[in-house]
Amino acid sequence: MSYEYDQASLPDLLPLYYRRLFPFSQYFRWLNYGGVTKNYFQNREFSFTLKDDIYVRYQCFNNQSELEKEMQKMNPYKIDIGAVYSHRPSQHNTVKSGTFQALEKELVFDIDMTDYDDVRNCCSAAEICSKCWTLMTIAIRILDRALKEDFGFKHRLWVYSGRRGVHCWVCDEAARKLTQSARAAVAEYLSAVKGGEEAIKKVQLSDPIHPFIKESLKVLQHYFEDYALVNQDILGSKESIDKVLALLPEEVRDLLQNDFLKVKTAAQRWECLKKRVLQMQGALKKGVYGDWDIMFQYCYPRLDTNVSKGINHLLKSPFSVHPKTGRVSVPIDLKLLDQFDPFAVPTISLICQELDKALEGDEEANDKENEGEPEQKRRVRDYKKTSLAKYVKVFEQFVEKMEQSWKGELLKKSDQQKDF
Amino acid sequence: MLFSGRRQKIVRLTGDRQADLYPHSLQFYGQPPTENISLSEFETFAVDRLKLLKTVENLGVSYVKTSDQYATKLEGEFRKLHFPYRVETDEKSLDTEYDKRRKDHISHFILRLAYCQTEDLRRWFIQQEMDLFRYRFHMLSKEPAHDFLKFNNLHYESISDEEKNTLKEELINSSYGFSAPKVEDHDFYKVPFQDALDLVRGRKVYLREGLAYIPHQEIVAIVLNDFRTRLSKALAITARSLPEVQSDERLQPLLNHLSHAYVGQDYSIQKNIGKISLEQIDPFSTKSYPLCMRHLHKALRENHHLRHGGRMQYGLFLKGIGLTLEQALQFWRSEFIKGKVDADKFDKTYAYSIRHSFGKEGKRTDYTPYSCMKIILSNPPSQGDHHGCPFRHSDPELLKQKLQSYKIHTNGITQVLDLVKGMHYQLACQKYFELTHSVDDCGFSLNHPNQYFVESQRILNGGREIKTEVTQNETPQQILTNPAPKSATVPEENAAKTKGATKEAGCKRN
Repeated sequence: MSYEYDQASLPDLLPLYYRRLFPFSQYFRWLNYGGVTKNYFQNREFSFTLKDDIYVRYQCFNNQSELEKEMQKMNPYKIDIGAVYSHRPSQHNTVKSGTFQALEKELVFDIDMTDYDDVRNCCSAAEICSKCWTLMTIAIRILDRALKEDFGFKHRLWVYSGRRGVHCWVCDEAARKLTQSARAAVAEYLSAVKGGEEAIKKVQLSDPIHPFIKESLKVLQHYFEDYALVNQDILGSKESIDKVLALLPEEVRDLLQNDFLKVKTAAQRWECLKKRVLQMQGALKKGVYGDWDIMFQYCYPRLDTNVSKGINHLLKSPFSVHPKTGRVSVPIDLKLLDQFDPFAVPTISLICQELDKALEGDEEANDKENEGEPEQKRRVRDYKKTSLAKYVKVFEQFVEKMEQSWKGELLKKSDQQKDF
Repeated sequence: MLFSGRRQKIVRLTGDRQADLYPHSLQFYGQPPTENISLSEFETFAVDRLKLLKTVENLGVSYVKTSDQYATKLEGEFRKLHFPYRVETDEKSLDTEYDKRRKDHISHFILRLAYCQTEDLRRWFIQQEMDLFRYRFHMLSKEPAHDFLKFNNLHYESISDEEKNTLKEELINSSYGFSAPKVEDHDFYKVPFQDALDLVRGRKVYLREGLAYIPHQEIVAIVLNDFRTRLSKALAITARSLPEVQSDERLQPLLNHLSHAYVGQDYSIQKNIGKISLEQIDPFSTKSYPLCMRHLHKALRENHHLRHGGRMQYGLFLKGIGLTLEQALQFWRSEFIKGKVDADKFDKTYAYSIRHSFGKEGKRTDYTPYSCMKIILSNPPSQGDHHGCPFRHSDPELLKQKLQSYKIHTNGITQVLDLVKGMHYQLACQKYFELTHSVDDCGFSLNHPNQYFVESQRILNGGREIKTEVTQNETPQQILTNPAPKSATVPEENAAKTKGATKEAGCKRN
């Protein structure tokens, strides 16, 4: 049986997906945030991309049931989540000009593999492979640590975008309330690779090395040799070597061209490089770190600060399907980060077929038991029969952890209002 | 003798001057002034403060804000325009110091009226007022600074010695210029990171669990942040009561003129619209485009695509030189189709955003072409981008190669690179203008890419007669921005004579 995905079959697969597999319950529990703030869910903007590239903004829903019904009716190809506004998004035109405003939204990050094209040897543009996927692993490790330890954010959801990158949703209350200026500052703090097409050396580490850079360096050192020297082979061909050496000051470069003549393997060349840099430490200008500069330029996370800055920015929703690849945008289990394989992420055609198979099996065995069961309960068991199960579990754990923090909030609030 | 506000001191002020009103040389502008003033004082105060803020803006681009040159030049401006900056005053100047502080207070609130109206104006006003505040706060030594902050209810918690010891390594490595003994000697404070955004943004502070560990002297950054937040909120409130103010006929003309003055000409009102044909674009790009646009145009032709930042910067520039919406659509479409975008997709996605920037979609704002300041300071390019200012954002080596490929002689290139090193990006672009047009003196002070185009066309078309009409810099508001272009409109015979004279007043003003 072929599980090949074909974009043309989306109109047939999406209805099944939204009726039986999309985890509406956990999704609503997440975005409702425990109902602590009035109208938080109702004032949230969603946008849908429908068949034939029709794009509709300012969608909003009163409750989980309405959300489900609408999605099952429209069968969107793509779903984006926007901000929580001051009014129902559907009323944005009727409200007095200037008063309709985006108030809160999760702090989000978008890491896209194409931003690394100048340092990837294996793929370019929309392609990814197991060799360059490590860049995403590195990005997640570095950014997640900082968001947790430096910024104190506790509720971070990392999601595979479905094609060539990852997203992060930071859901703490403090994060959702951040101003645009604060979001930009956080994104700046986390950035180290700067420069457009015209910049050769895109990294400028400070002197002294900031604790954040120090921690990030530890991660880079852990992955660099396997990723860059082996998989990407950046010290393999002459062209590649020249590119690497271009990041070093001329004096070091000249010496190394010589050194390299005496060794054979990439690993040896890297050792030479590190040795030379160490040796010339005193003579080098402040802020030039040689091998560290190279590691940062080739591996450090590149994030699109514009995505993180805007409070009203719309970002692809978790569990949305990527129309080009058919893959579901699934949460990533950080405990198993190194084992995450984007090519093992289920496509919508796979899970629909798995569901069909399971239903056939069910019909034979448990006909009577399924009768009269409410749709929702059935759906809960449905996704468990597919490869989607483990990803929904990660999502469930994420939501549960947040719920524990809201419980305290609701109690506090009801105490204040004296609702006993 | 100090303005200390202590009641025992006999503060001898004359006339209506209230003793306790202005205890410090700077303030947070929390309370609006409540007295009556004459219309002429209203106007003078507003115009003087605007001049001051414009100077702050110009100096901020040309000099490092903490340098001595910056400080001296700004101080000169303060004195010239009668604004307060000195911390201590002697008995004789109590009255004048009071008057200056009063002027500072009132003029700030008047400008709020002019600058609260749009997002762009607010942003500009807040930026200059912040730079102004930072400068004056820096003038305060530890004691007066402490007093000023306490007076304004800003409290901050210091960390225990134990904690400082545990974090010593981290504190040394995150606070600029802090060695181990310095860390031991100084107080550090724990502040929520949201209150120290400037330091967070530049990674100049140690962060843990969402708290920033700030050395005492960096408290300025926090104070500035607080200042910005307060001012931002205040401007939003002011905007809401603006209709009432604007209905006052006496104030309306002044307030309008003020808010247009700061951008100078914004190239949004097109007298030359439709006078350009698409065939002219390629030759224009090599002859009359500033380097940033030349680069964007080339990248577009080569890749048949530009990312959003590039489309905005270049697209609005094209609008500014006179392209109509129809021409723009045709231009972008024909180029994108050569690449990976099919006609259908173009019409559905990119066409929308082009119409949007012409004010024909969405909230129908007619977006204005970006000024040099905007291009240099906001939205820096990242991987895959071609927008920005090449003098600011390109690697100097690559910039050199590019200028060489444009057949600019080595001497000239060196001059350009020197200016870039000194961070005088607009002057570097002016030099590029001079080299590509073979003139000694460009004759204008560059601050907008469309201005570059207009000036270039003027020279290439021989003086007054230009292919694309432009409104001359005659109105009073222009007096506050740039001197009118001189050498370009002078008939050829006198060009040599006036070149010497205008050299001082022209390009070197920055």
